[in-house]
Amino acid sequence: MKELAVIFFTMILVDNYVLAKFLGICPFLGVSKKLDSAVGMSLAVTFVMVLATAATWPIQTFLLTPLNPDGTMKWDLGYLQTIVFILIIAILVQLLENFLKKFIPALYKSLGVYLPLITTNCTILGVTILNLDNKYDFIESIVCAAGAGIGFLVAMVLFSGVRRRVEQAVTPKCFEGLPITLVAAAVTSLSFMGFGGIVDAIFNVAA
Amino acid sequence: MDPILMAVVLVTVIGLIGAVILVAASIFMYVPVDERVEKITAVLAGANCGACGCAGCADYAKSIVEDGNAVNKCTPGGAACAAKVAEIMGVEAGSSTPMKAVVACSGTCDKTGKRYEFQGVQSCQAVKGFYGGDGMCKFGCLGYGDCTRACAFDAIHIVDGIAKVDRAKCTGCGACAAVCPNSVISIVPEHKRKPVVLCQNKDKGPDTRKACTAGCIGCMKCAKACPKEAITVENFLARIDQDKCVGCQICVKECPMGVIHVPGAE
Repeated sequence: MKELAVIFFTMILVDNYVLAKFLGICPFLGVSKKLDSAVGMSLAVTFVMVLATAATWPIQTFLLTPLNPDGTMKWDLGYLQTIVFILIIAILVQLLENFLKKFIPALYKSLGVYLPLITTNCTILGVTILNLDNKYDFIESIVCAAGAGIGFLVAMVLFSGVRRRVEQAVTPKCFEGLPITLVAAAVTSLSFMGFGGIVDAIFNVAA
Repeated sequence: MDPILMAVVLVTVIGLIGAVILVAASIFMYVPVDERVEKITAVLAGANCGACGCAGCADYAKSIVEDGNAVNKCTPGGAACAAKVAEIMGVEAGSSTPMKAVVACSGTCDKTGKRYEFQGVQSCQAVKGFYGGDGMCKFGCLGYGDCTRACAFDAIHIVDGIAKVDRAKCTGCGACAAVCPNSVISIVPEHKRKPVVLCQNKDKGPDTRKACTAGCIGCMKCAKACPKEAITVENFLARIDQDKCVGCQICVKECPMGVIHVPGAE
């Protein structure tokens, strides 16, 4: 249980995908203009992250790199990981979109715009691959994916607040628009560096 | 098995399974889309201003077709647009009164003054944060042009310290009214004769007088003079009910402060 909590909070604060690992910068800059769309996008990302992890973990473990009972590999198709995962995630998101459209129109309305954006999002692929690189088991992978999603939400919400301030401020002509946004993103990311080691210290585990 | 063959077979099989699932899903979960939605979206003004109350033009088109929303709500598109939409839907357009933004403040530079010199971020929202604004009157137009920046049609500008609407360009979308921190701007149906009280000051008469020489002091003269009882005075501020008003303009002549005007008449 403790390990799961450590993984969860580490993903949110220390290894935040956007602000520490610099994945998913595109939606981070593109959709953070308004708070409600930032929240909508983040929830969609969280949802797809968990679902994608649940689908890709068994595929990696049982299809790409299956183990014999004695611990040796039956065959090693690990190099296919990226292409197979992209395929799976794309199928999954498309299926999810169809499903929501038919059965949960309200949710489709609020998430609908963001779902296609997520299809080829690097954070999703990043979460699924890094879970396996970290040798997490299935439950740990799911928790890690959920944490990554919530971390994305935290980053988006924080940054949409920062951005509202930035947009009202008078910036020098040469910094207007994207440059000042990138500077603000850098400072936000820098502030998250301050969380380094905090989770390990709280839960008393060696880093 | 040959590892290359195995890789090819594996990816192909996963792809095929995915394709079958998606095709099956698109058949089983097919949601019919009404072609009228696309037609109407093409006809609408495309400003995505939200004046209709929907989240953008496409959403409005959808709500017309699916929820039976009225066809004449597109303010930027006006009557021509309503007629086209009505034609697609096969219903009567109904009359669509053009809406225009009205700045309910008469406090130009010569009528009112500043309480302090503001040197911060040049926006109404920012100055509003400092003791409720820099003007003598805390209710009036702040004059830092948040509305000008919000307007997609270049129809509102700061002239002589207060916002002024270019009525020829104004489409009544309400973007300016939404950003005004003092809620000075309202969207009023265009009428050649019906007047509006151009003041927002809710202070008592003497306080209003001190702040501005063109402010509503709540003297009730207009309310008493109005033959249709269309004018009410609340919080020392007169309001004209546009539905009851018949446009006799007695109140315009009665007002001792001269703050009742017909928008666009001057």
